[in-house]
Amino acid sequence: MDGDDEASAQMIDEIYANGGDDTRPHRPIIINGEQLDVEAYAALYTGRTKIRRLLFIADHCDVVSMQLEALRMAYDEVKKGENTHLFREVVQKIEGRLGHGYGPDPVWSEAVERRAEQRKEKLENELNAYRTNLIKESIRMGYNDFGDFYYAHGALGDAFKNYVRTRDYCTTSKHIIHMCLNAILVSIEMGQFTHVSSYVGKAEQSPDALDPITVAKLRAAGGLALLEAKKYKLAARKFLETSHELGNNYSEVIAPQDIATYGGLCALASFDRAELKSKVIDNLNFRNFLELVPEVRELIHDFYSSHYASCLDYLGNLKANLLLDIHLHDHVETLYNDIRHKALIQYTHPFVSVDLRMMANAFKTSVPGLEKELEALITDNQIQARIDSHNKILYARHADQRNATFQRALQTGSEFDRDVRSMLLRASLIKHDYNLKSSRKF
Amino acid sequence: MNQNTNHVESLVFQTKRLSGTTPEDLNCLHSLLKQSEEILRSESTRFASSLADLDPSKHSLGYLYILEACTAGTISKELANELVLSVARFINECDAEQIRLAPEKFISLCKRFKDQVMQLESPMRGVAPLLTAIRKVQSSPEQLTTLHPDFLLLCLLAKCYKTGLCILEDDVFEVDQPKDFFLYCYYGGMICIGQKRYRKALELLHNVVTAPMSSMNAIAVEAYKKYILVSLIHLGQFSTSFPKYTSSVAQRGLKNFSQPYIDLMNCYGNGKISELEAFVEENRDKFEHDHNLGLVKQVVSSMYKRNIQRLTQTYLTLSLQDIANTVQLNSPKEAELHVLQMIQDGEIYATINQKDGMVRFLEDPEQYKTCEMIERIDSSIQKIMTLSKKLTAIDEHISCDPQYLGKAGRERQRLEFDDFDSVPQKFNM
Repeated sequence: MDGDDEASAQMIDEIYANGGDDTRPHRPIIINGEQLDVEAYAALYTGRTKIRRLLFIADHCDVVSMQLEALRMAYDEVKKGENTHLFREVVQKIEGRLGHGYGPDPVWSEAVERRAEQRKEKLENELNAYRTNLIKESIRMGYNDFGDFYYAHGALGDAFKNYVRTRDYCTTSKHIIHMCLNAILVSIEMGQFTHVSSYVGKAEQSPDALDPITVAKLRAAGGLALLEAKKYKLAARKFLETSHELGNNYSEVIAPQDIATYGGLCALASFDRAELKSKVIDNLNFRNFLELVPEVRELIHDFYSSHYASCLDYLGNLKANLLLDIHLHDHVETLYNDIRHKALIQYTHPFVSVDLRMMANAFKTSVPGLEKELEALITDNQIQARIDSHNKILYARHADQRNATFQRALQTGSEFDRDVRSMLLRASLIKHDYNLKSSRKF
Repeated sequence: MNQNTNHVESLVFQTKRLSGTTPEDLNCLHSLLKQSEEILRSESTRFASSLADLDPSKHSLGYLYILEACTAGTISKELANELVLSVARFINECDAEQIRLAPEKFISLCKRFKDQVMQLESPMRGVAPLLTAIRKVQSSPEQLTTLHPDFLLLCLLAKCYKTGLCILEDDVFEVDQPKDFFLYCYYGGMICIGQKRYRKALELLHNVVTAPMSSMNAIAVEAYKKYILVSLIHLGQFSTSFPKYTSSVAQRGLKNFSQPYIDLMNCYGNGKISELEAFVEENRDKFEHDHNLGLVKQVVSSMYKRNIQRLTQTYLTLSLQDIANTVQLNSPKEAELHVLQMIQDGEIYATINQKDGMVRFLEDPEQYKTCEMIERIDSSIQKIMTLSKKLTAIDEHISCDPQYLGKAGRERQRLEFDDFDSVPQKFNM
């Protein structure tokens, strides 16, 4: 990789600059605030999630042109399906801003609803027939069709119920996997991530060997559930385990680009250096994902080779887009803070003393701001150091084991003394009480 | 009438005859005195005049009975003064061996003495005699007598905290009356607070809060309030969870009775001095009503200290201006005063450079290498060794206690032989 070779050639300069050289011409730094290419983004997804993601962008984006672009695509997409409920939502959001072609289309929606009504009746009849005949496989298919039907029309709760009902009629492990995948899909759409993890668990328990794509799907879904539960380290592991075979096969839930971003950020925020190297950078499988999002790849490499300024630059540039991501937006702040803390800790770790001005330069912040950040970390006992605020130097603090031991021994001694004495007192009181009671008895 | 006079005379005579020779004589006198308690009470005035005949150091037992009878009724103000004097004299001179034969009489005499002193509004006069009385009546310094709380109360009223401390320094292990124990610890805690010996105060108050109790009592509630405040002053934190040996009554009830204090603690935890001050101002009446306002004010000022101490953990040097800003003091001058005071009290180690207004925080200079330190460690080890010997002894004593064995044995039986007909149960008691 070119970038890496050049980086190592530059190492000597950068040691002096403490990674703070911001005018490196050879590094392709993306321009700040580059707008998300909505069309390219939307092309990564299919089905309901595409519409939901577009709507999410429309809701959370400040740029009007982007909003309208997203809404327009959502409108086109929703019209391909049969979800009239979602259609109305989109139309309401557009508020006629896109002209005649994007108004409420009553003819279309009535036609869809009429067809839906007929289809539902047909499905009901079929299912009843199957049930009277007691053919297991057919009943399963019937419920499954119902699930598909409800899902297409946006009734997620009913879809989930019907998919889960197929469970009793599953005869092969393949059926069970099918049921689990459907349940996972619907629960992700509903935002019920506890269901997701439980169905991932069920599918993974399947006795037969699963095909690699299914495994990858399950890993990705499990990772999402853990991310949603704020268990970033476990989420990172799941994403890293996701095999490259996933490709575009799970576009109704997640794109491979997302795996790279989610996995990369979670790993940065929660892994230590050794783990980062062995599980992320040297991970051949995950490298395939990272190739899809060069920014994330670059920032992980920058982080690992201590180019914090450039790493934070990349992060800063990515932030606006990540905030528009339907799954990640809630966690961006926490993850960013964790990554920044990790970077600060890693930066100070090898030194006995650090010049705060150089460090502030490396982190693109002011000295007082850096002092505050360091203060918080020291108070949390994450950095063992003390700040010389006069000379603006951070000194590592090496705890004196001997003194600390003496101090602790003395303290433990006096605590023991105190505790035993009060225990004896209590014993005496209890004994007295006991005496009183027994003397009263006789 | 004549017969009574004779009786008085003969009793005084017997006292003189039987005092101070052999234990048998003393026992004989004791039973004689017990029998004539009624006559002592009815003829107390006559007996009072005969007191002059007796020597309190030699005829202590008889003297005690007569004096006790004399103080039984209501006493006028004029007489009280005289009475206080004579009781004080008796306490000073009496013979410890003799009075220990009738401790309940002695204690009741001392209690009345305390009441008189309080009525005369000169608690100072009672401090020294009661200290002597405690020393005389207790069989070992480990015993808690009923007089302990009275003595500590007088010390508190007379503001003789130092005298009170000398009693508190003895470790108490034998307790008869729970009420005495509660009061002893509560008053003792207050005396320690007065002397700013917060560690000891915390220990005593902790004892009250965690003592076994079957119903809620006011002493424990007040002690809990003070316990919270002293914890905040001394340790800078307080945990509302009780140790598991605390009685369930206390665990359930104490917090409800001390809500403002719990709120104060939560407010303290936020570390914002202005919020804390506002809260104290808001609840001023409640604290004042509990007579705890002084302590609450100390809690507020301890927060400055706590915040400055926290800075020493993170900074090596810091300007006075920055200290003032982070600790929310008005001026660098004020910050300097605080830092200076803390250096003086040995709470932080630092030097102030007045030229550029910088404070340099230093590490604890204690290297644990000096002779004094080694002596201190040694004495601490010795202390713990004695304590653990005592613990073993008590453990052995309990394992030999028939009552304990009876109870423990019965329980074991129930566990092992479910269908065993436990006839001999009663015998074990």
